[in-house]
Amino acid sequence: MAKLSINGKTIEVAVEDDTPLLWVIREQIGLTGTKYGCGVAQCGACTVHIDGVATRSCSMPVSALTAGQKIVTIEGLSTDGNHPIQKAWIEHDVPQCGFCQSGMIMAAAALLQSNPKPSDADIAAEITNICRCGTYNRVKAAIKDVAAGGQMNRG
Amino acid sequence: MSLASVTDTKLSRRSLLKGSAAAAGAFSFGFAIPVTSEAQAQGAVPEINAWVVVHPDDKVVIRIARSEMGQGTLTGLAQLVAEELDCDWAKVTTEYPTPGQNLARNRVWGNFSTGGSRGVRESHEYVRKGGAAARMMLVQAAADGWKVPAAECSAIKGVITHKGSGRSIRYGEVAAAATKLQAPAPANVPLKDPKDWTIAGKPLKRLDTADKTTGKKIYGMDFTLPGMLNAAIKDCPVFGGKVKSFDAAKIKDMPGVKHVLPVGDSAIAVVADTWWRAKTALDALPITWDEGEHAKVSSESIAAWLKEGLDAPQAAVGNQNGDVKGAIANAARVIEQVYSYPFQNHACMEVMNATALYTPERCEVWTPTQNGEAALAAASEASGLPLAKCEAYKIDLGGGFGRRGAVHDWVRQVVAIAKQIPGTPVKLIWSREEDMLHGRFHPVTQCKLTGALDKDGNLTGLHLRISGQSIVAGIFPQNIQNGRDPAVFQGLNPPGPEASIGYTVPNLLIDHAMRNPHVPPGFWRGVNLNQNTIYLECFIDELAHAAGKDPLEFRRALMKNHPKHLAVLNAVAEKAGWGSKPPEGVYRGICQTMGFGSYVAAVAEVSVDAQGKLKIHKITAATDPGHAVNPAQIERQVEGSFVYGLSAALFGECTVKDGRMVEENFDTYPVVRMEDMPAVETIIVPSGGFWGGVGEPTIAVAAPAVLNAIFAATGKRVRNLPLKNTDLRKA
Ligand code: FES
Ligand code: FES
Repeated sequence: MAKLSINGKTIEVAVEDDTPLLWVIREQIGLTGTKYGCGVAQCGACTVHIDGVATRSCSMPVSALTAGQKIVTIEGLSTDGNHPIQKAWIEHDVPQCGFCQSGMIMAAAALLQSNPKPSDADIAAEITNICRCGTYNRVKAAIKDVAAGGQMNRG
Repeated sequence: MSLASVTDTKLSRRSLLKGSAAAAGAFSFGFAIPVTSEAQAQGAVPEINAWVVVHPDDKVVIRIARSEMGQGTLTGLAQLVAEELDCDWAKVTTEYPTPGQNLARNRVWGNFSTGGSRGVRESHEYVRKGGAAARMMLVQAAADGWKVPAAECSAIKGVITHKGSGRSIRYGEVAAAATKLQAPAPANVPLKDPKDWTIAGKPLKRLDTADKTTGKKIYGMDFTLPGMLNAAIKDCPVFGGKVKSFDAAKIKDMPGVKHVLPVGDSAIAVVADTWWRAKTALDALPITWDEGEHAKVSSESIAAWLKEGLDAPQAAVGNQNGDVKGAIANAARVIEQVYSYPFQNHACMEVMNATALYTPERCEVWTPTQNGEAALAAASEASGLPLAKCEAYKIDLGGGFGRRGAVHDWVRQVVAIAKQIPGTPVKLIWSREEDMLHGRFHPVTQCKLTGALDKDGNLTGLHLRISGQSIVAGIFPQNIQNGRDPAVFQGLNPPGPEASIGYTVPNLLIDHAMRNPHVPPGFWRGVNLNQNTIYLECFIDELAHAAGKDPLEFRRALMKNHPKHLAVLNAVAEKAGWGSKPPEGVYRGICQTMGFGSYVAAVAEVSVDAQGKLKIHKITAATDPGHAVNPAQIERQVEGSFVYGLSAALFGECTVKDGRMVEENFDTYPVVRMEDMPAVETIIVPSGGFWGGVGEPTIAVAAPAVLNAIFAATGKRVRNLPLKNTDLRKA
């Protein structure tokens, strides 16, 4: 049994202690926007925010979390897909297959929260998610667009 | 596609297929199937024709037969239909007909197969005719209502106007009447000249982006049905091996476990309430394998076998002119080198998965697939039910790259599992490890290249001997004739519309000694063009260097009879400033090729530091696809193809040890990430008159352009891929 705060709601789930947060989110809670890509913290498809920090949920056992920690998934990032990053993603037509994009968006949103004006090197260092379709240059352009517009600060 | 539309389609299909038993057993690609009148029923709003549904509120639904896997074909094909339909693009949505519907309707949507960059180039004519015929019917319906000749009416953006009277009416208002009209014969449906296009040919945004930014989009892995169980699977890690024994009792009391099931004679699945529990139990399950006859095969033993093929007397000829032996014997200088290319996994971001529901009367499968009809055929075979009692529902793919097209091994598995628990839906998800161990791998080959130069450094003879694996032999062995696989020569073919070599060499021989290891090969984005372009274009660079000539000039001299190849090469050379001095420490490499109907060329700019670390600054690429259906999406395909091609060139290698693959996840199978990504400049130079693909050809020029630039930077030739195995530090 674990008690979690996900997207502003406190939810109790009956799972084994070592169940990764990713699978709790997908299978117990039923939010499937967070993806499984590797299960070993390599690809970032499973990225969620825990107290605002981008975290690879596939490698975070649910027992390591408390109800006091605020977990946000792609479904909880904004009310209507209107987070500045999501809007920039649409503006730049970033996604191809889209499978990695929830993770990309969560990683990008966390980056801009902590570093509103990232350099190219900051972006390359912080966005280490894998995209097999190869959207990296569009991802970078969209992040820089948001940074340049300062939308993250206006909040 | 939303979950709701997936299941709605399912419900309407249940009644639909009952009457089409005549189709059973007659299914084969390209074979005509009788149409049932019942199959014409398409839900509440009737269709204008197979391609177009117009709702009373003017919403236009365009049916798309090919699969969307990120390449943008959904948008591109919809643009072509909408162009001829003259509808309002802002009101366009799309839907997939199911393979079963296609079967029941005499394959009215043609081929579902989505691969080989064929989405647009193979179907542009009939989808455009579908849109044009629908427009003609809508205009006719309006004209009939006004009692005027249709020729006096025209349509723009979904509004029909009568010239004489100035009356106008919306598509939505005449759609119901149009559905009752006779469709014009395809021969009487004229198409627009591409120069008059206003929707096609434009850099429009994709239609399917919004749900990909909110997590709403449902992929195969996310699909659920009421009462569904989840399965994890392990197939014998040694290809061709079998299960010897397993001890289900050891895991049957683990949380959530419902069933431990054999799948064929080589795999075991654990079925549980959740996938994580299924996987956890499977990992704890004691399994003993009978590894079979290939248990000792290694990358080294395969390489030795292929090496022997480089000089074998027996080889199938792909392209030949003149007397290459004589040219080599009489050459002023002979250059000879051996190149090699490894096994690679597609590593789609979304691992293989499918959901199945089996009853003795019916088998249904929901899966991301590049070929819905092949998925349906696999479901039928695995269930033992006739095609008419099966259905496959396509779900957009989290990457395909060729893995989800020709072979539907995961569909067979999920049906084999579902058949053992009739009436219970089950979703099979592979772990990443399973996905890496059981890919359909990029074929392994070696190539010995021998070039003859005369005393002035002109190329007088060229022999490419390829030794290695044939994808066709592994997947469609019936297509191999006299040991010859024509696909092996992609990019090296004689002059012609497909994958032709861009050089005229007076004495030329390109041949292939087939050597098929036990590792199953697959069509891997770019297919054989990938390694063939590396072999030819890096070796041409070596020859230019040996002849003391500029690599661009050396190529140009051989390309006089290949104006389209030459035009893209010239375009990219000019754009990249070939011949001008690059910034300090930056070096350039150039190459060109032709495949999937398009002509492509690239220039890479790289630097290599004292530690041997490579930085790829920029790649400039030129593409001539004949007609460019959506320039913005072509740019994205070119960028994406470079990520795929550079991942392969820099890192991509699956190693065989003890008969199985060694690399099981991205920690040992690295791919290009943001930090490795160069700037990409795409030039599209459509010369018209043909329809080339854009999803694949540019992959092939990424690696040779970079490898040639690395030589310019370091003097080192990288002949064995991937690059990570070569130390680039100055010797
Ligand atoms: S699934 Fe978590 S990092 Fe890949
Ligand atoms: S968009 Fe397909 S993996 Fe990133």
